[in-house]
Amino acid sequence: MHLESLSLLNFKNLEEVDLQFSPDLNCFIGNNGAGKTNLMDAIYYLSFCKSFLNPVDGLNVRHEEEFFVIQGKYQRLGQDESIYCGLKRGQKKHFKRNKKEYQKLAEHIGLLPLIIITPSDIDLIMGGSEERRRFLDGLISQYDQIYLDHLLRYNRALLQRNKLLKQFASERSYNEDSLDVWDEQLVHYGNLIHLKRVEYIDRLQPVFQQYYELISCGNERIGMEHQSQLYETDFALLLRENRHKDRVVQYTTVGIHKDDILFNLGDYPIKKLGSQGQKKTYLVALKLAQFDFIKAMSGMTPILLLDDIFDKLDKSRVEQIVKLVADDHFGQIFITDTNREHLDQIIRQVAADSKIFRVSQGTVREQNHEEK
Amino acid sequence: MMTEKFPSRLLENAVNEFAKLPGIGRKTALRLVLHLLKQDVADVEIFGHSIIQARTEIKHCKICHNISDGDICNICSQPDRLPEIICVVENIRDVMAIENTRQFTGLYHVLGGIISPMDGVGPADLEINSLIERVRSGNVAEVILALSTTMEGDTTNFFLYKKLKDFNVRISTLARGVSVGDELEYADELTLGRSIKNRLDFESSLSQ
Repeated sequence: MHLESLSLLNFKNLEEVDLQFSPDLNCFIGNNGAGKTNLMDAIYYLSFCKSFLNPVDGLNVRHEEEFFVIQGKYQRLGQDESIYCGLKRGQKKHFKRNKKEYQKLAEHIGLLPLIIITPSDIDLIMGGSEERRRFLDGLISQYDQIYLDHLLRYNRALLQRNKLLKQFASERSYNEDSLDVWDEQLVHYGNLIHLKRVEYIDRLQPVFQQYYELISCGNERIGMEHQSQLYETDFALLLRENRHKDRVVQYTTVGIHKDDILFNLGDYPIKKLGSQGQKKTYLVALKLAQFDFIKAMSGMTPILLLDDIFDKLDKSRVEQIVKLVADDHFGQIFITDTNREHLDQIIRQVAADSKIFRVSQGTVREQNHEEK
Repeated sequence: MMTEKFPSRLLENAVNEFAKLPGIGRKTALRLVLHLLKQDVADVEIFGHSIIQARTEIKHCKICHNISDGDICNICSQPDRLPEIICVVENIRDVMAIENTRQFTGLYHVLGGIISPMDGVGPADLEINSLIERVRSGNVAEVILALSTTMEGDTTNFFLYKKLKDFNVRISTLARGVSVGDELEYADELTLGRSIKNRLDFESSLSQ
């Protein structure tokens, strides 16, 4: 699957852009603030119906303009797909596939698989446990609708239970039966979710390890440890044991919503002891493992966006990544960088077709390979 | 928005009252009031009277808590209905929906809502004790739980089940599956998955 052409109108700092892409490798070069990442964001938009940088749609409209439009033509499983996304300030976002508007945006997600590696991935290591749960849940639910439904129902039950605990406190009342039914729902869905999480982490781990070894030339061992209160105690029992505490603090203190993933390097947590370059390598390996996963599950090769990927990495690791992505295991790739050095290195190694685009102050033009 | 000037205080009062209704904004309220002003006084009196009468005289059926003109509603008082089967629903709209199918010949029990702490509705706010009393009286063979398939509906089902399971009654719930006339490729995955799991013997499907 690949993106053939992209046209933008008033998207962030890009006023009007029309580009034809190579099915293999596409490079965006430009200085800071030129708009390279915004191009990536536009491509991300077409797959996920939202920005990876900015959750508020209105902020993606170019300053002092009223609307933005992103259009992309894809080749998917031998068919043309034309995707349209338009937003007018203060109005609902319009998202169309082959001119037909989606009823629900959720129907679109998964149609055009895509993996992005960006500097903000660092939140996955440095941020709270919520980031890591979201990563894992996103990975599983992209191809398991039932998992997603269980997760939504669990969260709903959690919300209701917490509300009930607050009500008990404010009304100075207590009703065992009322709490019981929410506990049963939490236990039912929580256990199903737990099993899936265990299964997926086990499957992800070896792929992840393999990529990390490739990039770091095999010097470091990594681990991914799923932490959940459900490993030690039965969930129903756990809720019962903590009922008194929950009533005092007025929210649910135990459950799969407290799960975490511990990222280790050797025997130590990478969050505290890893270097910046090690963290970066870790994240690249993790995302590439996710790439393989989605490729296997969707039967399509996802588009790969590499935003500023070479920052903070030493020469040998850059070379390893270049070697990796030059392999035909990956399909269409988009890379941003501020200079041509790394990119030329990749282009030389990739036998396949490639295109270079120069981005400056919101305009983009294609560049010949000879031109410097 | 609230600063619009009305030429008459009476008009403004009427608009304010209409705007309190669900789904009616101030613009629509004004349109409705101006419409009423153009009607015959007699017609408007009938209109107002019917609303007051509805509010003061409509009762709730002593058996099933459905809306009724008398103490017992016209479903519970039909002699040919089977009192051994009780269908538990959330509100009167669900009674009307099931009645329209003409497939159900038992009686109803209207809960008046479903358990949802977020909306401030607990078990005590619903007609649950009266349902237990009906079952306890001993004339009930089956209770059908026909609540919405949301989280809150499921929870209420659970709650009722726990309260009723020690009685000697069958407790059933609505089947969940592919809609009649649906093409399979457009059925949502969850429903389709469930339909595969809870598939029927072909022979029994013929009788439906």
